[in-house]
Amino acid sequence: MTSAERPRIGLFVTCLVDAMRPQTGFAAIALLERAGCAVEVPMAQTCCGQPGWNSGDEKAARDMALRVIEAFAPHEHVVAPSGSCAATIRDYPELFEPGSPMRARAEAMAAKTWELFSFLTDVRKWRPEGVSLPASATYHDSCSGLRHLDVKAQPRKLLAAVKGLEMRPLPGSEVCCGFGGTFCVKYPAISNAVATEKAANIESTGADLLLGGDLGCLMNMAGKLRRRGSKIRVTHAAEVLAWGEKASALGEEGAA
Amino acid sequence: MSAAPELHPETRRPARFKAQAAEALASPRLKLALDRTAGNAEAKRGAAVAAFPGFEAARVRGAAIKDHTLRHLDHYLESFAARAEALGTKVHWARTADEACRITVEICRQAGARSATRSKSMLGEEIGLPHALAEAGIERVETDLAEHIVQLAGDPPSHIVWPAMHIAREQVAELFAEHHQTPQDPDDVPSMVESARRVLRGKFLGADVGISGANFLIAETGAVCTVTNEGNAELTTTPPRVHIVTAGIEKLVPTLAHAMTLLRLLARSATGAEITQYTTFHAGPKRPGDLDGPEEMHIVLVDNGRSKMLGEGLEEMLRCIRCGACMNHCVVYRQIGGHAYGGVYPGPMGAVLTPVLQGLKESRALPQACTLNGKCAEVCPVKIPLPTLLRGWRIRSWREGLEPTTVRAGIGLWAFVAKRPRLYRLGVKAALPVLRIFGRKGWIEKAPLLGAWTDQRDFPTPPRGGSFMAQYKAGRRS
Ligand code: SF4
Repeated sequence: MTSAERPRIGLFVTCLVDAMRPQTGFAAIALLERAGCAVEVPMAQTCCGQPGWNSGDEKAARDMALRVIEAFAPHEHVVAPSGSCAATIRDYPELFEPGSPMRARAEAMAAKTWELFSFLTDVRKWRPEGVSLPASATYHDSCSGLRHLDVKAQPRKLLAAVKGLEMRPLPGSEVCCGFGGTFCVKYPAISNAVATEKAANIESTGADLLLGGDLGCLMNMAGKLRRRGSKIRVTHAAEVLAWGEKASALGEEGAA
Repeated sequence: MSAAPELHPETRRPARFKAQAAEALASPRLKLALDRTAGNAEAKRGAAVAAFPGFEAARVRGAAIKDHTLRHLDHYLESFAARAEALGTKVHWARTADEACRITVEICRQAGARSATRSKSMLGEEIGLPHALAEAGIERVETDLAEHIVQLAGDPPSHIVWPAMHIAREQVAELFAEHHQTPQDPDDVPSMVESARRVLRGKFLGADVGISGANFLIAETGAVCTVTNEGNAELTTTPPRVHIVTAGIEKLVPTLAHAMTLLRLLARSATGAEITQYTTFHAGPKRPGDLDGPEEMHIVLVDNGRSKMLGEGLEEMLRCIRCGACMNHCVVYRQIGGHAYGGVYPGPMGAVLTPVLQGLKESRALPQACTLNGKCAEVCPVKIPLPTLLRGWRIRSWREGLEPTTVRAGIGLWAFVAKRPRLYRLGVKAALPVLRIFGRKGWIEKAPLLGAWTDQRDFPTPPRGGSFMAQYKAGRRS
């Protein structure tokens, strides 16, 4: 089979999915395979470097970028189940001198890197089939994916193909949830105030489920919702797309 | 770098950001005021932009106008000064805030002024003019209603368009009742405005000097353009004998047409209006035959760190037309308001500018207190990449060793481990079961080192079967 028919994808797992939510990673593999891709998971990957990059430690970010670029050198596309990590990789060129050979490699890396839903929709023109979930759900647009990668319609198009799933609009769906990576622990009080407003908006939809495409934001919102005593279940949209009603929510896997 | 303008209360400083933010978060009144004013502005701007299909193209044009002018700043400054002088305006140059205040106070003294009317000018706040006037014994009469309110409250502005947005109308009624010495009804806003008008009118007309800022300086004609929604700039600048304009050098535009393009962007972004209510062009002092106008007109052109920004990767910030949209749409500003930032300019644009004005050491917290969600850049009418500029300050802060040791150690440890995949996997493998110990029913409600998170929200218990990488290596595929 030629690579055009079955492109070779490197899955960028992301550090949060790796440690906190393996199902999201396996759901991503399932979706990519159903969309006709050959998926590999390079073992040399750890993190995209965002904690360093956002803290101002350019050198640490550059070191991480070099490693990620190396680890995914053989792959035609790099796909991450996170707009935030994919956006960081798209920013890699900024870390290198214009005109330098590393800059060119960073640009090539940026050009072949995709957020999962955008890749499935925009590149693979794929839609799920035979998945059902009789429930109501609402969707939060995480900021990096939304503003950096134009991820907005893609997850909704995919979710529209899930039978029985009723999507409800979320008031302020484009407003940041207050996670912001290290922000949420550097300024917990402000982060909490933002998350509280977000949680109230989510509750106002009356939906059974909150879905999104970035685990950090989802953990923040799920954690706030639970602390408020809300019964809304929260999960990564990839899991719903892969497994429908068999998908679990945050806090459920760890429960057993 | 100039001295920090005096703020009230004296303890409010960028370096105390965290404590000030906590104070702000504890005030339900502040939140109410913020949601009313900024929430309203956000909604109106949204409607105005939706009704104007050319908005994106106008933004591109607006940014290009500013960039072009800034690239040829020397040329346009010279031509502006020459035209303004030809109109009879006296042009002064101030390198620093102190110099600008000294020049302005000196003009007031020469005019024998005991009182000066002022129309809202953030530059005036930036250079500490209210304080300088007070020191010189010159009574300051604020003609902008909101400035009048903050003056009575003894506060600095908390927003660049609505200086008094932190004060709910109930508090305004209290302030007016006390200072205007007439009873006030907080639900009757027009009568409160009338009360202010009664008190201020007499003072407007009796002032010797009027001080205003500028929204645009037009190089082609030497005219100064001011915009307001209350018509107060006219009252500041027309009746007094002497009119002083204090303006940052970035206010320059080549022609009137350029000013109009930016004006449309400004009005829509600030208030959602198509155009500001009052737009005035001041072109020199009164000429023989003119019906009104000041006898003397002065323009103080202020640098105060701006030319340095041009060479330091901050030139895009000089495009700013002070519309306030970035703060109205900022999740952080919307929670804490303007005073918590501790500088003159709040919100995203303030977090970029305050380190220029007060030094990065003093203000390192401001560029950090941002989720980098990008909303500010999305709404900025002149396309300033605010998150990129904030990140620039973070990089500088890291390089200059201004970040706390705990942060440096944390990131250092993360980087050391993350660069070594095998060590990283071992670390994850060791950490997850430890975290799981604190889990109850799938969630961690309290755990050592997780306090910053678990004080306010629950943390999901990590997976039973180990990390993704561990499971993948063990052969799991779906
Ligand atoms: S940075 Fe942009 S959005 Fe903010 S005040 Fe300036 S022009 Fe307006």
